[in-house]
Amino acid sequence: MKGFVRLVGRDLRLSLRQGADAFVAVMFFVLCVVLFPFGVGPEPNVLARIAAGVIWVAALLASLLSLERLFQADYEDGSLELLALGGPPLEAVVLAKTLAHWLVTGLPLIAASPLLAVLMNMPADGMPVLVLTLLAGTPTLSLVGAIGAALTLGARRGGVLLSLLILPLYIPVLIFGAGAIDAAAAGFAARPQLLLLTGLLAAALPLAPLAGAAALRQALE
Amino acid sequence: MPDFSGTDLTCLRGDRLVFRGLDFQVASGGALLLTGPNGSGKSSLLRLMAGLLRPFSGQLAWNGEAIADEPDRHRARVHYVGHQDAVKPVLSALENLAFWAGLGGAPNPAAAAHGALASMGAAHVEAVPGRYLSAGQKRRLNLARLIAVRRPLWLLDEPTVALDRDGIHRLEAEMARHRSDGGIVVASTHAEIDLPCAVVLALDRFPAEGWDTDDAEDGDAW
Repeated sequence: MKGFVRLVGRDLRLSLRQGADAFVAVMFFVLCVVLFPFGVGPEPNVLARIAAGVIWVAALLASLLSLERLFQADYEDGSLELLALGGPPLEAVVLAKTLAHWLVTGLPLIAASPLLAVLMNMPADGMPVLVLTLLAGTPTLSLVGAIGAALTLGARRGGVLLSLLILPLYIPVLIFGAGAIDAAAAGFAARPQLLLLTGLLAAALPLAPLAGAAALRQALE
Repeated sequence: MPDFSGTDLTCLRGDRLVFRGLDFQVASGGALLLTGPNGSGKSSLLRLMAGLLRPFSGQLAWNGEAIADEPDRHRARVHYVGHQDAVKPVLSALENLAFWAGLGGAPNPAAAAHGALASMGAAHVEAVPGRYLSAGQKRRLNLARLIAVRRPLWLLDEPTVALDRDGIHRLEAEMARHRSDGGIVVASTHAEIDLPCAVVLALDRFPAEGWDTDDAEDGDAW
């Protein structure tokens, strides 16, 4: 447990000193959403209709953006071997690194999302649900992405491969995330979709570290 | 008294046989020096010993207990120094080392790291970020991990690379101290290194020729 906290602390410190990661993910998220009014025109009703889907797709792509680097740096400088040898089990290493990744890239996305909702003319009822779905959904994105990042470790053009592997797996999260917001905006209960999102997270939380650790062991051989 | 041994080890990388039928044994306080030309499998053997690689056949044992049965306990007694120094460019030398010391279970990581850097003669670069360290300084920092947290089995893959004379002397002194405390050192090297009474294991004596790897698929013989 202590090792887990140390590892999260180190990864946060590394991200904050290098600085760019969190900033890039948020800027990508914002710019991606801002492009849509230019593309589909500033008609408020059209924007309100597509707001939930657009924000969710942008969040999904933004979280994918930095996932490739999740294990890459540690793999290249030999840290991953040492992490596999000393301290916490490899499953905890995967979970700790994923948590640090989510804190650095996922949380800023959630913080920026209400602003984008206003920009996209999202109905006021949808906004709290948007934040809730992102809170429940983005950790799942990071966890599933960690499996992909571990699997593509050492592969040439791993980033492209990662997208191909992971994007199809993101579809359920996208459906329930955008669905909950649409339901709330139309005056229905968003609870079923939110429960399903949380269920996905509850499944990914134990499974992703197991799968990720197995993939890392393979990569280290 | 710990005792580390391997029997009839065969190592397969991809479909290439690296070595086969390799045996070794090191007792507490002992040292094993791996020699052999490039590609003879020194690094592969060290990775096998660390548990990073699994042997294709054969068994590694610690005090007679097979390591494959208790991989997590084996992880906790190994210090492995590979080709890379695992130095993070944005962390200072002390922060780098203190992280590893803390992860290894040192009660006071910063103090342990401070002392270890001093014994490797790198105390003056404590506050220097990793990206400004020279190759030799990075190697000293990596070797200081061995001292910051004590573990019985040191697996050193070409530990003298990039080290100057002073660095090598310090490493030799630390290895001697480790062995007098009952630890075990396994090192591969091309350079001259002073490891008194070390058993030399020449890996070119375990040739892979004459053994078709295709047999591996159907052979229970191994």
